[in-house]
Amino acid sequence: MWQALYENLEQTVAAILFGIGFTILLLQRNMIRKIIGLNIMSTATYLFLASMGFIEGRKAPIVMDGVTDAAAYINPIPAGLVLTGIVVSVSFTGIMLALTVRLYRRYRTLDIDQIALLAKGEDLP
Amino acid sequence: MSFVKIALLGMLIVCALGVSLTRNLLTSLIIYMAYSLIMAVIWMLLESPDLAITEAAVGAGITSVLFFVTLKKIHAIKGDRDHEQAQK
Amino acid sequence: MSKRRSDWAQRPQARFLRWMREGYGALDDEIISAVAQPAAQRPDAEALEEHDRLIGTHRHEREMALDRLANYDLQRWANTRGRKALTRLYVLLALLLGASLIYFLLDTVAYMPRFGQVAVPTNNEVIARYIEKGLEETGAINIVAGMILDYRAFDTLGESTVLFVAACAVLILLRIDLDDQGQPMQQLIAEGSDDRHYEPKNDRILQGSAMVLTPIILLFGIYVLFNGHLGPGGGFSGGAILSSGLILYLNAFGFQKAGRFFTYKIFMWVSFFSLGFYGVAKAYSFYMGANGLNSGIPLGTPGAILSSGLIMPLNIAVGLVVACTMYIFYALFRKGGL
Repeated sequence: MWQALYENLEQTVAAILFGIGFTILLLQRNMIRKIIGLNIMSTATYLFLASMGFIEGRKAPIVMDGVTDAAAYINPIPAGLVLTGIVVSVSFTGIMLALTVRLYRRYRTLDIDQIALLAKGEDLP
Repeated sequence: MSFVKIALLGMLIVCALGVSLTRNLLTSLIIYMAYSLIMAVIWMLLESPDLAITEAAVGAGITSVLFFVTLKKIHAIKGDRDHEQAQK
Repeated sequence: MSKRRSDWAQRPQARFLRWMREGYGALDDEIISAVAQPAAQRPDAEALEEHDRLIGTHRHEREMALDRLANYDLQRWANTRGRKALTRLYVLLALLLGASLIYFLLDTVAYMPRFGQVAVPTNNEVIARYIEKGLEETGAINIVAGMILDYRAFDTLGESTVLFVAACAVLILLRIDLDDQGQPMQQLIAEGSDDRHYEPKNDRILQGSAMVLTPIILLFGIYVLFNGHLGPGGGFSGGAILSSGLILYLNAFGFQKAGRFFTYKIFMWVSFFSLGFYGVAKAYSFYMGANGLNSGIPLGTPGAILSSGLIMPLNIAVGLVVACTMYIFYALFRKGGL
């Protein structure tokens, strides 16, 4: 198993990063850190996708010197998919940060537990 | 497997852990920015220059600027008032 | 919750606690006698029902009070040591969950096809087709650009729409609201202008470097935007670079000067025209049979700046949407308006 993991090092790192992002999402109570954790998770997914398209010894899919042989270039589809993903992740980051600013304006705190208590109208412990 | 690639991937994990373990919000944001830039270099190594340029411009640039301006808004940057309150 | 409480009141332990604390029978008798006294002479159905109701409510209140008393210790534990113990348990469980997630993902990764091999399932005939016919059919040297703006153009249209919708959502969330008289709310305005107060106004260094850097950044953004079909780059990265130049200008010279060339109206019209142009151009392309068949748009020489048909205009449209969206994100976060 270790040999296989070492050979697939990009995907291994992507899996570890996904787990770290998920744990940040669970453990951190600060909203900003939660958003960063979500971003780390999405980046890990992109790394996994992009590593699936890589082929050893081939070049980036930009046609050079008129060579249009499929054996000369790497897989362009993961690049296109990840390009879409990066831009979508920026838009959701923007919306979540806007929501954070609104929550801060209302409750004057970033702690999600305190916000949950304040929203229910209870006192802080 | 080149040494550079292993070092970059290791730095990626260190940065991801550092985001969670630092106390200051600003520090963790700067670490996240470094994470994005390392990611851009890794995409260059994976032969995807399109992704590298987009990640460098969007991930490390615009996303970080949005985070910084949010921190400014919630007065979490040092030297600002009620700094301690926002640190909670 | 209430169900569990009533269960608790029926339990032998609760009855024992009640018996221990005394007073149950005595107080009940008092209540009964107090209520029953006037009605004792002439018992009638209504009054009896009234008794039962009264006794019932009193008993219920007493039970609730006793119940609270019995739960007091538990509650105190839950608010102090119990909270800490539960938090620790939660952290432990979360770490365990994260670790097991990583373990299962790694277990899967170990069975994935080896990295960098030719014989992976993703490397199939679709890719061969894209690479072999891409240049011929789309005229784009950058195969990724040809793919996302020609073969899979609807995907990109949806993505631009997502960006636009996100900008509208942030607009709704962060725009400074108007009160009943149509004036901006004073409290929010004060909060917004407070922001500027903590920064040096008219910083010479910032303004000087912005004067030099903004044109270069904008030029580079335009270069990336116009060369999307010839090399790495394209709409998204070019738009982001353009918007970062605009943001630098805004930071150095303030909202008043930036507002001279960028308003809500311009944002709306630019986004509308870009998305509309995109939709119309791709609808035309697909109506004519897609794949560049007889669309009447010359593909030009591969490698020239004016080549590859619709890809460059589409890149510019996407780039304009991205630039406007990112700039308006920043402006809204910063001030709540333009």
